[in-house]
Amino acid sequence: MIPISWVLFLSLSLFTIGIFGVLARRNLLFILISLELMLNAVVIVFIAASRYHSASMANSDGQIMYLLVLTLAASEIAVGLSLVIHMYRQHHHLDIDKLNKLRD
Amino acid sequence: MLDNMLDTIFIITATIILISALLTITAHNVVHALLYLVITMLAVSLVFFILGASFAAALQIIVYAGAVMVLFIFVTMMLHQGEKSLAQERHLFHFSTSITALLLSSLLFFELIFMLFFTSADTEKSTVTAPSSAFITVKQIGVQLYGPYSLLVVISALMLLSALITAIHISKSPATIEIKTKGHNL
Amino acid sequence: MTQYSSLLALIPLLPLFSALILLFSNLPKLGVSILAVGSVAGVAFISLFLNFIFWQQSDFILTASLGTWINIAQLKISFGLYLDPLSLVMITIVSGVGALIHLYSIGFMYQENDFKRYFTYLNLFVSAMLFLVLADNLLLLYLGWEGVGLCSYLLIGFWYQDRNNNLAANKAFLMTRIGDTAMAIGLFLLFTQLGTLDIQEIQIKAHSVWSLNNDNNTMASICCLLLLGGAVGKSAQLPLQNWLPDAMAGPTPVSALIHAATMVTAGIYLIARNSQLFQLAPDVLYLVALIGTFTLLLGASAAMVQTDLKRILAYSTISQLGYMFLALGVGAGASAVFHLMTHAFFKALLFLSAGALIYSLHHEHNIFKMGGLLKKLPVVAMSFAIGCAALASLPFTSGFVSKELILAQVVASGHTGLWWAAVLGAFITAFYSARLFFVVFLGQTQLSPNAMPTKSMSLALVILGVLSLFGGIQPEGLKALMPQLNTEGLSTLQHWLPIILPFIAISFAWWLFKTKRFGKPIVSSFLQAIHQLLKSGWAFDHIYQTIFVFPLNTLCQLNKDDLIDSFYRLIERTSCTLHRTFSQFQNGQLRSYNASLIIFCILAFAWFISGELIL
Repeated sequence: MIPISWVLFLSLSLFTIGIFGVLARRNLLFILISLELMLNAVVIVFIAASRYHSASMANSDGQIMYLLVLTLAASEIAVGLSLVIHMYRQHHHLDIDKLNKLRD
Repeated sequence: MLDNMLDTIFIITATIILISALLTITAHNVVHALLYLVITMLAVSLVFFILGASFAAALQIIVYAGAVMVLFIFVTMMLHQGEKSLAQERHLFHFSTSITALLLSSLLFFELIFMLFFTSADTEKSTVTAPSSAFITVKQIGVQLYGPYSLLVVISALMLLSALITAIHISKSPATIEIKTKGHNL
Repeated sequence: MTQYSSLLALIPLLPLFSALILLFSNLPKLGVSILAVGSVAGVAFISLFLNFIFWQQSDFILTASLGTWINIAQLKISFGLYLDPLSLVMITIVSGVGALIHLYSIGFMYQENDFKRYFTYLNLFVSAMLFLVLADNLLLLYLGWEGVGLCSYLLIGFWYQDRNNNLAANKAFLMTRIGDTAMAIGLFLLFTQLGTLDIQEIQIKAHSVWSLNNDNNTMASICCLLLLGGAVGKSAQLPLQNWLPDAMAGPTPVSALIHAATMVTAGIYLIARNSQLFQLAPDVLYLVALIGTFTLLLGASAAMVQTDLKRILAYSTISQLGYMFLALGVGAGASAVFHLMTHAFFKALLFLSAGALIYSLHHEHNIFKMGGLLKKLPVVAMSFAIGCAALASLPFTSGFVSKELILAQVVASGHTGLWWAAVLGAFITAFYSARLFFVVFLGQTQLSPNAMPTKSMSLALVILGVLSLFGGIQPEGLKALMPQLNTEGLSTLQHWLPIILPFIAISFAWWLFKTKRFGKPIVSSFLQAIHQLLKSGWAFDHIYQTIFVFPLNTLCQLNKDDLIDSFYRLIERTSCTLHRTFSQFQNGQLRSYNASLIIFCILAFAWFISGELIL
């Protein structure tokens, strides 16, 4: 049986990589991709939780949470990508550093 | 023996996930990044499989590697301008601009690892408890979904619907709206 | 008696209404003069009528009320008027001399553009002065007091285009304000001590409250001192006297009205009115006498060396007011008021003839540029001569009678030193009056007059001249003010010296004038220094400049950035800086927002970890 700390280690590493992507990339498309990675990291924990949950009876809560997160990811990607398209139409680039009009 | 093999497969899969995730984040070409992302997704689904969640693994492949990736690819096809956007991307992202990000994320990483392995002894104990050998079947999930979690289903449905409407509204081209109103006026 | 109440009420109201009409209407000059002079002349006739009714009655009281002013709990203040012999004399002086000066002003100010404004102020002034004199409570008196101060400010600065006039007006206002503040505090103190502000009640209550414990009259002394402060400010006595010479910046009739005949007498009136209160504080009375003596010497000596016609008269006013204070101080309130009356006559006469001179001579003020005007301006010269004679207290003038009375009473009170000082002052007074007359009217002609005084001016001069000569009949009613004094016990010296001295002084002045020693530059440096000192009025301006104005200015300069405020400005600046610092974080960059989120997570985790490690 795989120790749960291995799975958690994997999840944390994936999550940190996603954070690095969100922080470092300036292209909106890459930020969305990084968000996907972070969501995946979270999802792994959910699945692992459902696996390692108490012994007496099987618990599917983790997998149901996975379904919710999946739906969330799909919706998020749909909205996010439409925003990407919209932004590209407006500005002809995807550099989010140049979108700072809210400051004023 | 089986455990040993599973461990080996898990380690290999985890390595693939991390490497392909890193490649995804650092790629300059969007298409390459997406391909690495597909690899990550597939590897994650393998992890799910190892963890005994076969339904989740299937969904991971279908929804992530299938639907979401297709969305990404479509958008990329619409926006990608070959060498020009590649050069632009190289300008936007290189090592020197991401030192702060690297520093912050590695700090966070070390803290998380520290919390995971060195803080509480309880976590070690909980790993020791033997997990139930029974795999969760799709039927159980379905019963759960339409039993105690039915509200969740409704909420996800509403969320998907609102996302759909939002996506349509946002991506509706202002130019077409203008033309429409013009035609109406004529 | 009561049938005259409405007449009494008319006295202060007539000029007030006239002033209000002038303020809000647009009459031609003729209308303005008729209204302004008519109202004051009306008051003068009313007061003459009242004089006729009450002539030589020693105790009568007439009251009138114009309504309630303040009515809160025990504080009941009404616009009550109170007429007794003292205030009857005062209103006669104020309205009589005021009316003559109004009459004179028509001629003097006719070319002025602001004719209407001038008469508005003048009427307002007369009204305020009448309120002051007739008030039956100290608060109403204070209202009149302040009204007089305000009008004096407005009239001194009448020609407001000239900066010096404004400065003089400011100076007069500020100097009198010091006294006014003291007086206001005195009023508060009196009210807290005695529970009333009614003047008559105060006299009675003061005696019942303070004379019970004779050894502890400190509170009475303090009250009297504070009231004295007000009187000193208004009447230009020693510490606060130096506004008066500068106040000559206003038109000459104004100087005559305000700074000679009426306003400056308000302080005398205040003390005379509260004489019974002051009797409870003999120390303060002695201080009054001392102040009067020093002031009369100061004024006389300063008047001796001035070259500006109006300044000579101003200093002589200060010195004559000193005589009145001296009389008040030795307990001869009646003589003080009597001298006030005669002084009002002859000083108004002097000022008005000086005004006529100035009017005729292209606004020339320097007496050494005049000379030999006796033949050219006979009416003016005659009235000036009468005025000077009265000022020098030559026999058979009104000034002689009143001044002799004061000197006699000083002797009777036993202050021999003060008597000698007063006699010295009389000598100097006679000397400078003679000098003034000789230099201006005798000798060689230097400037020839280009305009003759108008008829209205001459008329006023003649009436005042007659009054100055024959105004020395003391009203019987004033005797009530005076505690019985034995004026019989005068030695021969004390009787004859004040009569002879003016003649000696005049002959001395004549000798100096004949030998042409007036107006010559002084050789000796020591004498020159004294001359300079006297000319600046004992350098009080300079002293105040060094003691008060300069340190205050320095302090202001030092505190230009407002030391106390800087603390609050520090708060303001800190918050501004913090605002600017924190608004740096809101840069609109999505990635920096993300980064701050991550940093927060890192810190939170670090906190958690450190907590775990300590455990």
